[in-house]
Amino acid sequence: MPKPLKELLDPRQAAESVASTQVWKSIFRHGYPDSPRNRALTMISNVFLHLHPIRMKKHGLRLRYTWCMGGLTFFLFLIETITGLLLMFYYRPTPEYAHYDMQYLREDVPVGITREIHRWAAHAMVITVWLHMFRVFLTGSYKPPREFNWGIGVFLLVFTLLLSFTGYLLPWDQLAIWAITVGSNMARATPFLGHEGPGASLLKIGDLNLVHAGDDAKFGLLGGRFVGAPALLRFYVLHCVGFPLLLATLIAVHFWRVRRDGGISGPA
Amino acid sequence: MADAKAAGTETTRRGALAWLLGAWGLFGGACAVGAGAMGRFLFPNVSFDPPQTFKAGYTSDFEVGKVDERFKAKYGVWIVRNDEEIYVLSTTCTHLGCQPNYLEAEAKIKCPCHGSGFKPTGINFEGPAPRPLERFRIVLAEDGQILVDKTKKFQYELGQWDQPEAFLKV
Ligand code: HEM
Ligand code: FES
Repeated sequence: MPKPLKELLDPRQAAESVASTQVWKSIFRHGYPDSPRNRALTMISNVFLHLHPIRMKKHGLRLRYTWCMGGLTFFLFLIETITGLLLMFYYRPTPEYAHYDMQYLREDVPVGITREIHRWAAHAMVITVWLHMFRVFLTGSYKPPREFNWGIGVFLLVFTLLLSFTGYLLPWDQLAIWAITVGSNMARATPFLGHEGPGASLLKIGDLNLVHAGDDAKFGLLGGRFVGAPALLRFYVLHCVGFPLLLATLIAVHFWRVRRDGGISGPA
Repeated sequence: MADAKAAGTETTRRGALAWLLGAWGLFGGACAVGAGAMGRFLFPNVSFDPPQTFKAGYTSDFEVGKVDERFKAKYGVWIVRNDEEIYVLSTTCTHLGCQPNYLEAEAKIKCPCHGSGFKPTGINFEGPAPRPLERFRIVLAEDGQILVDKTKKFQYELGQWDQPEAFLKV
């Protein structure tokens, strides 16, 4: 029997009839989150929400305590992921095209500001990750039982910086090339693995140096003796796939540990 | 149990441990080989870098008192001839490794990155560069051409600029 029009127009009843469909019930395995049980189910039964605790302490929500700096860093990471993916539709990592694709993005692609957003968010992420670390330090949250998560955090910081470093080369202009030249020269000084590093000169057979400019850590990083086409490609792969995957994995561990270590630390 | 013992198929503690150790050893070994292979994968057998040794023409191709820039872009060297000798100067700044420019009007080599300055001899005189530019091995090939060999370098601060093959008498 068709429902009377009056009933369909009543928002409450309309909502109820939507919520009783099989489609709705197959997606949401719980009722309205208006009881403690349903609130808990809401968090548990959603893969995204389940990263959050069911309950949290009040101070954990106070902006003055966390500055939400970790949250902001994560937000910026998401922005980078989305805008970065969009840029990949236009950017080709070869010396012939790389720089022109940048200009093309700037001049001829609608909403080309996507590239600027990617750049600004990258700068912002480096700033917020430092501030987040600073906050964690100020609140003493690195102390047991959170010392492991501080350790994870150090890797998050390093990979954030490496993402910036690898992204720096991609515009393929003079600034990019020489900045990466200067930066990758540090790899020459890697102990044993860099040809100017401590211990490298000990690794020789007779007169033959085992570690030299053609096979050391810097060569592995650049795919050559200096910054050229292979370096651009290597940095591109690391920037678009390698480091984002590592960072995403570690962020998951980081969030998991925040909860397992007893939630956001409390004021002393 | 007795049957297994009789058949010689009984699993002993020692046997199980040996088996486990062997299996894990094999697995660990395979992983190590895999990791090594992945590392080796990053070092190709053929490099498209310009060769480290090259012929630069005859001594008569080089003017006295001139810093020759023809080999800079490809090989990263300046070839300089003065009254007595020809030497090969690296174009890699000894500060952090940028490529400086030769400014002919001022007869100096200037690095755009952080401002180091060098004389055409390679001696540093301004900016953060801690030591002079390096020189490379230079000899005459059998056909009389200049042969530059970048695999051997000569450093001023080690007193190596006077060594044979650090320069070519002309
Ligand atoms: C990609 C980088 C990072 C992201 C996305 C991230 C994200 C977060 C988030 C969302 C929180 C919850 C509290 C808050 O927002 O402040 C948190 C907590 C925490 N983070 Fe990070 N973080 C990052 C890097 C770091 C670094 C560099 C460190 C330190 C070396 C660190 C150490 C910690 C610790 C110890 C906690 C627990 C703090 C507490 O319980 O009060 N994190 N992180
Ligand atoms: S690299 Fe030349 S001055 Fe710094």
